[in-house]
Amino acid sequence: MSKDWKSYQPHLLPAIKDLHEMPVYEKHGGYKALSTILKDKNNWPPEEVVAEVKEANIRGRGGAGFNAGLKWSFMPEPDGGPRYLACNGDESEPGTFKDRKLFEFNPHLFIEGAIIAAYAMHVDVIYVYIRGEYRPYVKLLDEAIRQAYDKGYLGKNILGSDFSVEMYTHMGAGAYICGEESSLMESLEGKRGYPRVKPPFPAQKGLWGRPTTINNIETLANVPLVINNGASWFKQIGPDSHPGPVLYGISGHVNQPGVYEYPSGMEIMTLINEVAGGVRNGKKLKALIPGGSSTPPVRADVLDGITMDADSLREIGTMMGTAGMVILDEDTDMVDVIWRISHFYHHESCGQCTPCREGTGWLEKTLLKIKNGNGEMRDLDLLLAICNRMEGRTICALADAAAWPVRYSIDRFRDEFESRCKKTVYAVA
Amino acid sequence: MSDTYTFDAKDLKEIEKIIDKYPEKQAAVLPVLWYAQDKFGHTDPSIQKLVARTMDIPEAHIHGVVTFYTQFYEKPKGKHVLDVCTCLSCQVCGGYDILHYLEEKLGIKAGETTSDGQFSLQSVECLGACGYAPMLQVTNDKYVNFLTREKVDQLVEDL
Ligand SMILES: NC(=O)C1=CN([C@@H]2O[C@H](COP(=O)(O)OP(=O)(O)OC[C@H]3O[C@@H](n4cnc5c(N)ncnc54)[C@H](O)[C@@H]3O)[C@@H](O)[C@H]2O)C=CC1
Ligand SMILES: Cc1cc2nc3c(=O)[nH]c(=O)nc-3n(C[C@H](O)[C@H](O)[C@H](O)COP(=O)(O)O)c2cc1C
Ligand code: SF4
Ligand code: FES
Repeated sequence: MSKDWKSYQPHLLPAIKDLHEMPVYEKHGGYKALSTILKDKNNWPPEEVVAEVKEANIRGRGGAGFNAGLKWSFMPEPDGGPRYLACNGDESEPGTFKDRKLFEFNPHLFIEGAIIAAYAMHVDVIYVYIRGEYRPYVKLLDEAIRQAYDKGYLGKNILGSDFSVEMYTHMGAGAYICGEESSLMESLEGKRGYPRVKPPFPAQKGLWGRPTTINNIETLANVPLVINNGASWFKQIGPDSHPGPVLYGISGHVNQPGVYEYPSGMEIMTLINEVAGGVRNGKKLKALIPGGSSTPPVRADVLDGITMDADSLREIGTMMGTAGMVILDEDTDMVDVIWRISHFYHHESCGQCTPCREGTGWLEKTLLKIKNGNGEMRDLDLLLAICNRMEGRTICALADAAAWPVRYSIDRFRDEFESRCKKTVYAVA
Repeated sequence: MSDTYTFDAKDLKEIEKIIDKYPEKQAAVLPVLWYAQDKFGHTDPSIQKLVARTMDIPEAHIHGVVTFYTQFYEKPKGKHVLDVCTCLSCQVCGGYDILHYLEEKLGIKAGETTSDGQFSLQSVECLGACGYAPMLQVTNDKYVNFLTREKVDQLVEDL
């Protein structure tokens, strides 16, 4: 696969000084994809842009891995009313910290991608939803957007064409759930972020009831690469089923944590040992959470030869998620870690669905009991029973995200959980 | 009494500008609340009332929004709010040690404010800076990464 990763040249986060400044970005081929399309609209009608992006198979980098071009193709025919693109920069999944790198170091690549997406879907207004904690990055993005307006890449009659689009940032205020796309729309409409029942999908009924598409920031940053180099170029980076560059966010017990751009499908052990400098303090690896807190933890002994892409990770019973990899060393207390994850989901549940509102609370409470040494063996069965009652029974995927880490860590690290539990003593009649 | 907080002409103009970004004015509720919190330091009930009146949106709706989002302060906080991340990556890199060290140093528990009103301390969820763990954020703005006790001492001194 990507044996030649050492010679890989980054496309999303190239090492170019001041790339966030318009002249620098332009000098390095910036806004070329957009002008190619707008200056040659006969060759690049919106349908053609959608087709090329679909062919490239950019799988949603927000975590669910849905083909971006395919999603764009769900937008209905224009009917003269407003249409929206909402860019998802909520980035709140524990272990995930990559989109901020784009805001900081290459905002114009994302902006250009979003404008092209807007053109392809006949969108009138782009909103960029950014978590409130990222306020320092909102300021940076606002500045980049202002530069794009000044240059005529945004606003009315872009580059002299008949295509116009506006772009605004919208700041969240501390709620993980607002990263879920329907909750994000509620929040943008100025309400509490309660997820909506799907279907209808956003393309049918989105912001203010109008056709809307939601894409992650990194997903959109890939779009100019596809237009400039072609879908076939994009597809030869990484595995066929999950191609393109990926921003791997590596944190936890490694020597050099950080965000690293490499082809999709990198070997996990290479990422840990060579890219991120290996496990800290010469310790052994115990477990990996591959793509943010909602992706099931796996034991170190299953990782040999496994790569970071949807298919390979499915083989070992986990998921790519956001590629936010949390590395855990041999001294890690799994009960502690899973309790903390449960605490997070309990805190962030919006409370609309009973299985999620109650279930997340019970998971946290039961795990706390075990963590404090007061658990019994039967509490492990109780935890699994709670998971059964949560999974697939709620409006959004938060309940699944809360249940999976618990279920799979009890399955995969059972000895550790058992050693913390007292034997259940049944009363004898 | 509730008139201690007011928007002046300049504020109203800014608020108009915010509302213009959206097809419906309700969409401006979050940004206007941010605007108010920047000006007054919090969004307590009297400020919720002010925002409701200014935007002509029911107070109950504004209250519902403020209580849903953790970054809106329902009560006044200390001059500097230290949000220490204790979530996943920060937890395994010593986030709780940093939190407890600050509790000791400031003589308050997480969730409290020092009696001189200088510092509020909070234990918070992932701040999207997991690769720089353990870390904290100061009053919804500046990130301080790779914390050690020495760095915490320095920070508290500098603020
Ligand atoms: N980036 C972050 O901080 C976080 C990411 N996540 C990730 O989010 C994922 C779950 O996201 P969801 O949006 O609930 O997943 P999903 O699979 O329901 O949807 C993915 C995307 O495809 C679209 N879609 C799916 N089926 C469709 C259909 N039949 N017709 C039209 N459009 C369709 C959806 O509208 C959405 O945009 C998890 O896998 C998790 O990894 C979760 C939490 C935080
Ligand atoms: C609870 C929850 C939180 C989510 N948070 C985010 C997020 O912070 N950022 C993001 O891009 N997607 C997040 N998602 C996924 C979005 O719902 C959606 O799939 C994504 O934004 C679509 O963009 P993409 O197809 O380009 O990945 C979340 C999903 C769930 C269920
Ligand atoms: S699953 Fe949980 S977070 Fe999602 S809508 Fe239901 S209660 Fe809210
Ligand atoms: S876990 Fe602390 S910033 Fe993400």
